[in-house]
Amino acid sequence: MQSTSDEVLIGRIANGDRLAMQVLYARHHVRVFRFVIRLVRDESAAEDLISEVFLDVWRQAGRFEGRSSVSTWMLAIARFKALSALRRRPDEEFDEDNAATLPDQSDDPATTLEKKDKSALIQKCLAGLSAQHREILDLVYYHDKSVEEVAAVVGIPENTVKTRMFYARKKLAELLRAAGIERGWP
Amino acid sequence: MNIINKEPERYEIEALLPWHAAGTLNRRDSDRVEQAIAGDRELARRYELVREELAETIHLNESLGAPSARAMEKLFAAIDAEEARSPRHQRSLDLGARISEFLSQFTPRTLAWSAAAALVAIVAQAAVIAAVVLKEDTPASGPRLASVVGQGSFAVVRFAPQATANDITHFLAAYKATLVEGPLKSGGTLYRIRLAETRLPENEVGKIIQQMQEESRIVGFIAAAD
Repeated sequence: MQSTSDEVLIGRIANGDRLAMQVLYARHHVRVFRFVIRLVRDESAAEDLISEVFLDVWRQAGRFEGRSSVSTWMLAIARFKALSALRRRPDEEFDEDNAATLPDQSDDPATTLEKKDKSALIQKCLAGLSAQHREILDLVYYHDKSVEEVAAVVGIPENTVKTRMFYARKKLAELLRAAGIERGWP
Repeated sequence: MNIINKEPERYEIEALLPWHAAGTLNRRDSDRVEQAIAGDRELARRYELVREELAETIHLNESLGAPSARAMEKLFAAIDAEEARSPRHQRSLDLGARISEFLSQFTPRTLAWSAAAALVAIVAQAAVIAAVVLKEDTPASGPRLASVVGQGSFAVVRFAPQATANDITHFLAAYKATLVEGPLKSGGTLYRIRLAETRLPENEVGKIIQQMQEESRIVGFIAAAD
């Protein structure tokens, strides 16, 4: 059975259909929440932000032009709101300098590897990336966004998307190396 | 083995590996990457690293949980509050939909050849028609046509409450009439329409008005005007 497309739901929402809003929310709220929480790192703030994101969807549905998918449009709204929230928190910045927290190395690399917990270690390094790098990896790997869609969400040229992805992966490799995982790349 | 020796090409292919792993490349790029991986052992090894990153990124995100019901409650409380304050959403979007519906009656060729001013007039007329149909409480604050009526034969009209935007649009089109002014400050829900581009004899205007008056489903009141 084919479910109603997001675009059809947006059309209904534009006409004030509350049920369509509930369906769209049920369909997307978890992913939008995860995208936001990875940026703001605060569960309560992320919950507030997704309410605001979907409220914007309710208000702006009539202006949705379908130039991108609905999920891409919502992630772009979510990103804008998350960055605005970060700007209100002076200790958090969305840039390279602030980020890249190295993983906890209470164990020396050899010991860590002996634990054979490579998966957990990679995730720890992923979490330690800058917000900018976390964002692009999440959009590509978790939110299934194409180069064009990432460009639309982040607001950068497509070539910059590829370059940023490369540097995010390079940074991840550095963190992994520091944690004792040598991957032979880059 | 067809190893990619050209560095720029290899770099280009390697840059696409994350999207290939996520399955978001177009068919052409996907085939290019597949071919390159098949012929280049080092590239294939790097592709495995990408797949590993992808798997762990998914695991990491899936471990983040979901928002509590509070987020949804807050959202719908905000929507309810907004709608209670002003059901603007329904109205404004109906207006947009009606204008779109009105414009959709014209062929692209017609629209393409219309002068810009004419198009503006069409849109303005559609907006006013929509406002008439929406029965705005304060017509004076709704969409308003400029009072530039020029030459011709005119009438003032009050549309019937049950008339839809479509009815009014078709009614005006059938009589080759145009909404040119309104709502009139003196008349509340009265609108001035142009019956003809030229000044018609009085008896001819009378006949048209009589015919229009008979369309009681659409016209509530109509009278000749200067």
